Amino acid sequence: MSAVDYLAPSSVADAVRALHAAGPAARLMAGGTDLLVQMRGGRAKPKVVIDLKRIPALTGVRQEAGGFVIGAATSGAMLGEHAALKAAWPGVVEAANLIGSTQVQGRASLGGNLCNASPAADSVPALIAAGAVCVIEGPAGVRELAVEHVQTGPGKTSLSADEILVAFRLPVRPARSGDAYLRLIPRTEMDIAVVGAGVSVALDSAGICTAARVSVGAVAPTCLLVEAAGAALVGTKVDEAALSKVEVAVAAACRPISDKRGTAEYRTKVASVLARRAAVIAKERASA
Amino acid sequence: MSRTVVNAMVNGEPVEFLAGGGQSLLDALRDELRLTGSKEGCGTGDCGACSVIVDGRLVCACLMLAPEAEGKRIETIEGLADNGHLHPLQHQFLEQAALQCGFCTPGLLMAAKALLDRNPDPTESEVRYWLAGNICRCTGYDKVVRAVMDAAADLRQSERPR
Amino acid sequence: MSDGNQGGINLKVVGSRPVRPDGVDKVTGRAQFGADFHLPGMLTGRIKRSPHAHARILKIDASAALALPGVKAVVTSSDFASDATGEIEAGEGHAAIQEIAANCLAKGRVLYQGHAVAAVAATQPEIADEALELIEVTYEVLPHVIDVEAAMAADAPVLHEDMFTKGVTPKPAHASNVAAKHVMGRGDVAAAFNAADLIVEGRYETAAVHQGYIEPHACVASWGADGQSTIWCSSQGQFVIRAMVAKILNMPLSDIKVIPAEIGGGFGGKTTVYLEPVALALSRKCGRPVKIVMSREEVFLASGPTSGAVIDVRLAVRKDGRITGAELTLKYQAGAFQGSPVNLGLMTAFACYDVEALALTGYDVVSNRPKVAAYRAPGAPMAAFAVESAIDDLATRLGMDPIDLRILNAVRDGAKTVYGATVKHAALVETLEAIKASPHYQAPVAKGCARGVAAGFWFNVGGESSAAVHVDEDGGVTVVSSNPDIGGSRASMAMMAAETLGLPIERVRCTVADTTSIGYSGVTGGSRVTFATGMAVVEAAQKVVADLKRRAAATWECDVAMVEWKDGAATCTDPSKDVKPLSIKALAGKSAKTGGPIAAEVSLNAQGAAAGYGVHVCDLQIDAETGRSMVTRYTAAQDVGRAIHPAYVEGQLQGGAAQGIGWALNEEYVYGKSGLLENAGFLDYRMPVASDLPMIDTILVEAKPNPRHPYGAKGVGEVPIVPPLAAVGNAVSRIVGRRMSSLPLSPAKVLAAMGK
Repeated sequence: MSAVDYLAPSSVADAVRALHAAGPAARLMAGGTDLLVQMRGGRAKPKVVIDLKRIPALTGVRQEAGGFVIGAATSGAMLGEHAALKAAWPGVVEAANLIGSTQVQGRASLGGNLCNASPAADSVPALIAAGAVCVIEGPAGVRELAVEHVQTGPGKTSLSADEILVAFRLPVRPARSGDAYLRLIPRTEMDIAVVGAGVSVALDSAGICTAARVSVGAVAPTCLLVEAAGAALVGTKVDEAALSKVEVAVAAACRPISDKRGTAEYRTKVASVLARRAAVIAKERASA
Repeated sequence: MSRTVVNAMVNGEPVEFLAGGGQSLLDALRDELRLTGSKEGCGTGDCGACSVIVDGRLVCACLMLAPEAEGKRIETIEGLADNGHLHPLQHQFLEQAALQCGFCTPGLLMAAKALLDRNPDPTESEVRYWLAGNICRCTGYDKVVRAVMDAAADLRQSERPR
Repeated sequence: MSDGNQGGINLKVVGSRPVRPDGVDKVTGRAQFGADFHLPGMLTGRIKRSPHAHARILKIDASAALALPGVKAVVTSSDFASDATGEIEAGEGHAAIQEIAANCLAKGRVLYQGHAVAAVAATQPEIADEALELIEVTYEVLPHVIDVEAAMAADAPVLHEDMFTKGVTPKPAHASNVAAKHVMGRGDVAAAFNAADLIVEGRYETAAVHQGYIEPHACVASWGADGQSTIWCSSQGQFVIRAMVAKILNMPLSDIKVIPAEIGGGFGGKTTVYLEPVALALSRKCGRPVKIVMSREEVFLASGPTSGAVIDVRLAVRKDGRITGAELTLKYQAGAFQGSPVNLGLMTAFACYDVEALALTGYDVVSNRPKVAAYRAPGAPMAAFAVESAIDDLATRLGMDPIDLRILNAVRDGAKTVYGATVKHAALVETLEAIKASPHYQAPVAKGCARGVAAGFWFNVGGESSAAVHVDEDGGVTVVSSNPDIGGSRASMAMMAAETLGLPIERVRCTVADTTSIGYSGVTGGSRVTFATGMAVVEAAQKVVADLKRRAAATWECDVAMVEWKDGAATCTDPSKDVKPLSIKALAGKSAKTGGPIAAEVSLNAQGAAAGYGVHVCDLQIDAETGRSMVTRYTAAQDVGRAIHPAYVEGQLQGGAAQGIGWALNEEYVYGKSGLLENAGFLDYRMPVASDLPMIDTILVEAKPNPRHPYGAKGVGEVPIVPPLAAVGNAVSRIVGRRMSSLPLSPAKVLAAMGK
C-alpha cells in the first residue's frame, strides 16, 4: 500500500467536503473490514481514506418516535448489545451479527455492508425485509432512499460519488410483527453467505398476515425484494400452503450465478428453503 | 509517503509512533513498536492470529488502520500477563496443552480474554462460536475450548466474595 | 541402540503431563517465529509471480525496477547455480535439486499461477511492491491442464518436454505428464477374483488440499562478504534447508548457518524451500540482510498442497467377509513437478489388512498446479478413503458390524506387508477393540444422525538425529535438540532426559540448536522426532549417567560396578564403604575436580520405528433440505506404543482428526477455466473453525510399546489424518443412502445426491 492519506472528519459536512475534494481517489471507511482487504489485495488503491467513525451521527443507535436511527458506521457488536433494537428488530440484528467473526463484529457496520454492495451481504436482505430507509447526505443536501434501491450491481450503488450514507431508519415496530434472517454457509461461521433470506411479517389479532416482505441475497447481482413472496403471505395464517407459494415465488425471482461458493441450481433451491424457514421464525416472533 | 504521528495507550503505557495512512495496526505494532506477539496469518481478518483488544473491543489488528489507533487503548498479548504473573487463561493453556505450534495462541488468548471480560460463565457452544474467528490448525480446538472454560471457572473462583 | 529400560516399570516422568519448557514464551508472545526477526539494515524482499497457469517466459526486464530509488537487488533463476544436480531428501520423499530450484524461481517456463519468476529487495515494503510492478515479464501463454485424468490424456498439453514415464518398458516414444508408473503387488489376484463370493468396487476422487499452517513461510537471509551466511527461518528442519540452499546457490554447507525459528505449523509443508535460496541470492547481490514473508495468498498459490487423486478399487471377498484379493489404481496429482506421494499411497492402502493377493498401480502425474509438498501421512489418506469406503460397502452388503469386519481382516504381528516388511508390535486389533468398547461406539446413534468408522495406517520412521545433554554446574540439565519443535517435542525430549537422569522435569530445559551447534538431523517429519531424536536424547542422558557414576566411583574410590544411579543420585552398593549418595547437584558442583564439564552428544541413525494404526468413529447429521453436514460426536483411538506426554499425543489425534474432517467436508482447491485458483485464502478455502467441531475424544492404546525405543514410543503425528476422510464419508453415505465417493462432501453435492 503506497502513500495513503488518512482523514478522520468529525462531522458529516466535513466528510462530504473531504470526499468532494478528493474525488475518485478517496474511499470512505466505516469498519474497514472490506476496504482493508481490498487494499491489501490490490483491488482498491485509494489515495485518501476517509474514516467515518469519528462522526457522531454515524455511530450509535437512537430511538426516535418509536423507530430507530442506526448510524451507518455503528459496529455489529454495538447493535448486538442494544437490547431495545434487538427486541424490536431481531432479524436485522441477527443478520448484522452474522457478518464475519467476533473480531469483525467489533468493526463491521450496516453502512459498510450495504455500500460494499455485495449481493451476499448478510444484513441487506434483513434490512430490506424490515423496510429500512437510508439517510444519505451529499453536497446537495439530505435525501432518503429505501435500502432495496441502493445496490445496483456487484460493487455498485446508486449513491453519487460525493454522497455519504449517514444512517438507517427502521420504522416503528407494529404490534404482532416479527422478522428473521437465515443464511446458508458450508461452515458454521466465517463464510460468505451462499444464500441468505430475510422475512418480516405483521399479523392481525386473528393471526392473519397483514403485511410481509421477503428478501433474498446471493441469488442475483443485488439483494432482491421478492414482492410476490411477500404477497403470498398476506391474508394467510402463514400456513403450509402460503409457505409453498413463498418457495415458488422466491425460486422464480432467483437468477444466481454458479461460482466457487455454490452452483446456481443449489442457490435457487436453498433460497426457497431459507425463505420458508425465515418466514416461520418471523411468524413465531410475531405471535410471541 | 505521508506519515502521521499516532499517540495511543498500548498495554497501559503511552506510546507514540509514525504511521503510514494505509498501514495496518498490525504492521505498526510489529514493525514500529516491535510487539511481534500479534501474528499475521492471513492479513484479511480470516484467521484471528492478530487479535487485539481496542477500547475493550476485540478486533483483528490487520483490519484496522494504524492512524485509527490515535487516542485508543490497545491490549496485546504482551500485556496479558500482569507484571510477570500469567493470566489464568495462559495458565490453563499451558496446563491443558492447548497449543501445539503456538502461532495462533496469542490471538486465541486475546479473543478468549475478550470473551471472559464479558461473559464469565460461557457455555461450550458460546466459547466455540466466539472463537470461530481464530483458526487453529494444530489442536482440533478440543483442548483450547476446555482451557477457556476452565480459566473462566478459575476467574469466577478467584473473584467470588469470601 | 538401547533395547532396555522397558516395561513401564516405575516411570516417574514419562506418561505424566508437565507444562512444556517453551510454553511461557508461546503464551506471552515472546516466542520468535519466522517473521519476527529484525536485523539492522534489513531489506524487504518480494516475489514476482506468474499470472498464468502455463506460459513460456520470453523476457524479464528488471531495468525499470532497478532504477527505482530504494531497490537494491533483483534476482531471477539465472542467479541460481546452473550446474546443481543430484537428489536431496525433502521431507518424506526425494526431489531433484534442479526441480526444487526451478520451483523457487521459474526457469524458461511458468508452470502454474503464482510460480515465482523474479524477486526484488528494497529498503521499504512499499518500494518493493512498486518495484514488482516495474519488473516486466513477457510471456507466451501456453495451453494448460489442471485435473489429473485430463493431464494423462494423449492430447494434453505437456509441461516438461523431457518427461518420459518412468517405470514403463520400453521407454515411451513421446513425452507426457505421467512422470512415473508404480506397480506393486503379490499373489494371484485373478484367481482371488475368480474364487470370490462377492466383489466390491468403486471409483473415488479427492481434492487437492493445503496443509493450512497458520504461519506463512518466512525467512531472513544475510550473506557475509566472505560467503559465510546466516538464515533465520521457520522450517521443519534446519539441516534440510541448509542442504537445499547450499546446492541451489553452489555454496559449501559449512558456510551456511541456519537458525531455526519457532515454527507456526508445517504438517509436512515446511520440509522444503521456497524463499530461503531467493532471499540469500538477493542478499548476496546487495550485501544486506533480506527478509521475505509470504502473504496467505502466496501460501495457497505457491506452496503446499497435497495431491488430489482419482482412485479405483476392487475387493475380492469370501462370503464370511474375508478379503482375499484387491486391485487398486491410484492417479495422484504431483503439481507442476514430479513427486506425488503415490508410492506411499500404494504401500499404505491395504496396510491395515491381511490380504493375500494384491495388484496395485500408481501414476505420478504433473499438471499446472503448485508442486505438492508432504502433508501429514503423505499419500495415505486418499488411498485409505477409497479402501475404507469399499470396506464399509462390504460391511453393508454382508450385514456385518464394520468393526467386526475389520477385526476379521486386520493385520497381525508376523504378517508381511506388500512392501516386504514384517508386521511387528502392531496393535490394530486392540485399537479396533478399543473403539468397539468405547462409550461412543456403545451408545446408540442419535436420531437423525449416522455413524461411520474407518481405520488408518502410517509407517512412522526413524533416521538420523542428534542430541546433547549438558549438566549445568548447579545440577540442572539442558537438552539440546536437533529438531524444530512443531507441537511440543521439547517437552517429550526433556521428559525422556529427566526420566533417564532421575531428575524432576522442572530441572531439565530443552533448546533447539542451529546447524552449527549440534550434529545433523533429518526433518521434523515422518512422526520421527520423539522416536529417533528422543532415542538420541536418552542415549546422551545414559552416557551422562555413566559418566556421573564413574565420577562418584572415583570420589568414593570404589569400583564403578558398585555404583548405582537412582533418583538423580549415585549410591554406593559396596558394603565396605560408608558413604552418602552423591546427587547430580553434588557431582556437578565438583565437576572441575572429577574430569571437567559433564556433557554428552549422541548422533545416531535410529532403526526400528514401529508403525501405527488408528481407528476413528464419527457421528454426523445432515440438514436434508440444504445438504449441510455437522459432525456431532467423534472418537479417535490409536496404537501409540507408549505415550511420553499423553496430552500432546491426544493433541496429535485431535488435530489430525480435525484436518481430516476438513478434507472430507469442505476443503478443496477450486480452479476456473483459465487455470487460475479461485479460493486462495482462508475465507473460501474453509478450514474447520471451533464451532464446526465437537470435542474429539481420544483413546491411547498402549498395548504394544515399541521395544526398540527406550520408553516404548511410536510415532503418533501422522496416523490420525488417515481415517477421518472415510469415517466422515461413511457416515454421510449412510444418511444419503448411497455411496458418496467424491470429496469434499460439500452441501451442494450432498443435496444433489439426496435427490433434492
